Amino acid sequence: MIQTILYFALTLFGIAIAIALFRIVFGPSLPDRVIALDMIGVNLISSMAIISIIIGTTFFLDVILIIGIIAFISTIAFSKYIERGGIIERKRDD
Amino acid sequence: MKTNNVILHAVVKLVVFIILTLSVYLFLSGHHKPGGGFIGGLVLASAFVLLFIAFDIEAIRKAIPFDFKRVAALGAFISVGTGFGSLLFGENFLTQAFGYFDLPFFGTTELTTVTIFETGVALVVVGVVVTIILSIVEDV
Repeated sequence: MIQTILYFALTLFGIAIAIALFRIVFGPSLPDRVIALDMIGVNLISSMAIISIIIGTTFFLDVILIIGIIAFISTIAFSKYIERGGIIERKRDD
Repeated sequence: MKTNNVILHAVVKLVVFIILTLSVYLFLSGHHKPGGGFIGGLVLASAFVLLFIAFDIEAIRKAIPFDFKRVAALGAFISVGTGFGSLLFGENFLTQAFGYFDLPFFGTTELTTVTIFETGVALVVVGVVVTIILSIVEDV
């Protein structure tokens, strides 16, 4: 029973990642693509947790932490690129 | 218009320490579990990149006064030096040793020479990644 639920949830996460991928390819504006990328990161974290429950190991928890950090940094970089036009400034003017 | 990013600065000052702690954990757990010098160095470099994104280059250069090319060179020297250190004891190149010691606070601890090699690998990864990203930025 619990195996069936886990595999069903994994399938739903796969469908959600496919929908976000559609939004990345055909998204009308740049913020749509950034939000879809962040959504793919969250779905990857969740599906990784379900995979670690299915296999029965705790080694994938480091992977969850690292995917979270990379998604955080990439979201900050994309939003700063949208707002300012550049990612890393040479000298702050304020 | 004068822009401010108070929220970004406040969040980054907190999150950088979490990322640094995770990198030290990944570096030390690399002997029996997933992790190691390469992954720990990459996470450490991502913490530096987050600092460069949130603040600017000159402030971080003044706060962390390292030349990252020299950090990479020092790491390569340490890694190769552990390889040549095994030649002093009549062993083959890059032979590693380990042993169990009774330390006063930690109890029985396993100390290896692989950790010195991994320190060199981590320094090389940090230096190379930060140098690549800074040289990409400064060309534009």
